[in-house]
Amino acid sequence: MIVMENVYFTYPNGVEALRGIDLKIEDGEFIAIMGQNGAGKTTLVKHMNGLLKPTRGRVLVDGVETTKVSVAKLARKVGLVFQNPDHQLFSETVEDEIRFALKNFGFDEETIKKRVDWALNLLDLERYRNVSPFMLSGGERKRVALASVLAWDPSIIILDEPTIGQDYRQKERLRQFIMQLNQQGKTIIIVTHDVEFVAECSPKILLMREGKIIAEGEAREILTDEPLLYQASISMPEIAKIFKNLSAFGLPSKVIDVYEAANILYERLGDAR
Amino acid sequence: MGLAIIEAKDLTYTYPTGDRPAFKDVNLKIDDGEFIIITGPSGCGKTTLCRCFNGLIPHFYGGRLEGEIRVCGLDVKENPIHMIARHVGMVFQNPENQLFALSVEKDVAFGLENLGVPREEIRRRVDWALKITGVYDLRHRAPHELSGGQQQRVAIASVLAMNPEVIVLDEPTSFIDPLGAEQIFQVINSLNRDLGITIILVEHRLDLISKYADRMIVMNEGRIILNGDPREVLTSEEARLIGVGIPKATLLYKALKAKGINLNGPPLSSDEAYKLIAEAMSK
Repeated sequence: MIVMENVYFTYPNGVEALRGIDLKIEDGEFIAIMGQNGAGKTTLVKHMNGLLKPTRGRVLVDGVETTKVSVAKLARKVGLVFQNPDHQLFSETVEDEIRFALKNFGFDEETIKKRVDWALNLLDLERYRNVSPFMLSGGERKRVALASVLAWDPSIIILDEPTIGQDYRQKERLRQFIMQLNQQGKTIIIVTHDVEFVAECSPKILLMREGKIIAEGEAREILTDEPLLYQASISMPEIAKIFKNLSAFGLPSKVIDVYEAANILYERLGDAR
Repeated sequence: MGLAIIEAKDLTYTYPTGDRPAFKDVNLKIDDGEFIIITGPSGCGKTTLCRCFNGLIPHFYGGRLEGEIRVCGLDVKENPIHMIARHVGMVFQNPENQLFALSVEKDVAFGLENLGVPREEIRRRVDWALKITGVYDLRHRAPHELSGGQQQRVAIASVLAMNPEVIVLDEPTSFIDPLGAEQIFQVINSLNRDLGITIILVEHRLDLISKYADRMIVMNEGRIILNGDPREVLTSEEARLIGVGIPKATLLYKALKAKGINLNGPPLSSDEAYKLIAEAMSK
């Protein structure tokens, strides 16, 4: 469980990136943090694995304050996959990349071997085992970064802008994968402004603006509230836009999913025939 | 048919380090004033193809370019980048990589200063480009202080000030928040509709932009596999099979069709879908 109490954070250059954050993320939740560029989303998640410590207030992971434990110890529980994989990758081969953290955490050789194989297989990277990460495409490098984090089996997984540079099919694979990890009991936190992706995943949403959380709720509620989204520089997903207008016909307005939309319209238009 | 502004015949290209072509046997004709979207899975060759449109390929990247390509009447193989760049402007994914000056205004003036355009003319063209892209009020600000969406509109203004006939944009909204992205797409549309500039947009996310396009080209594994009316392309079985990001409005139309409800034609956007559904409800 992650708890933040009245957290403020100011960067050394004076930019106040977080301005009084209170939140509680329970084990097994699936959360999307959304908001404008510069709203403080990435700064917020960097507090969750101790990379940044609050200027004021407290961050607790499983009841322990992040200022009282090492980042290495926190990282064992909280895996953060960066937006730009190049900020994370440095090894000569994909296999070494995944091995690195496992070795640092002190796993024995047999376990390391097993976990490396597992992660390579899971993210369809087996054929790149001996290839340099820098020979791969942006999308593939993102998968390597994710594999290296999943390999040490953290219970909380944070993905910063996982859909940038991914095509539709890769996004669909990513979505299924995230849902599967969540069903296995992992806490999933994604930072994104990809509204269509969030509408498909339908997680709980934290909406940020200028260093504060301005709303918290189910995707269906948040993504259909146009004035609220506007404050965070987010637009409604396409299906929500359609149903906002259709509410004049007595149809429900809080719809974000294509197939739910098709069923609702079928009931109405099918009856008329 | 209008006048061809870009024409490729049996075009095949291999990067210097590539063991197989990045694209192969591309035949393509783009008319003056068209709005074209090029889409397809990662690695399909769409970005590489666009690099030929301003001569980055072959002059900057090297490699082997076979076949013919003419842009604004210039043979790309025979003419240096700076000649082609007078006709074709490029806008990239991340605006931060394209902006560098101390103020928005200086960034937009940079290309013109390099060409030795007279001061008064520079002033006029910079102001014009800043107004069209909606960043005139930000002209004295430093680019790094702006939001991603504003930065990208400044990058478009810099290209626009050069008066290009063609603007190529490679996923210009990937890093931009949704409202910022909508504004950029509106600017791109007005460049095409109001100024008649030929637009070539490389894009995965098709929900907000398909309605503006005259034509959609889908590439897969280095080949053009679909090339036509966006409504036909986006409802085709091939587009679904290779994983094109079909707009939600079009998917809804298809899902209803599968249930036996036929709306009057495939919509490409939420407003089109709303109108078609409202029409069906009122019957």
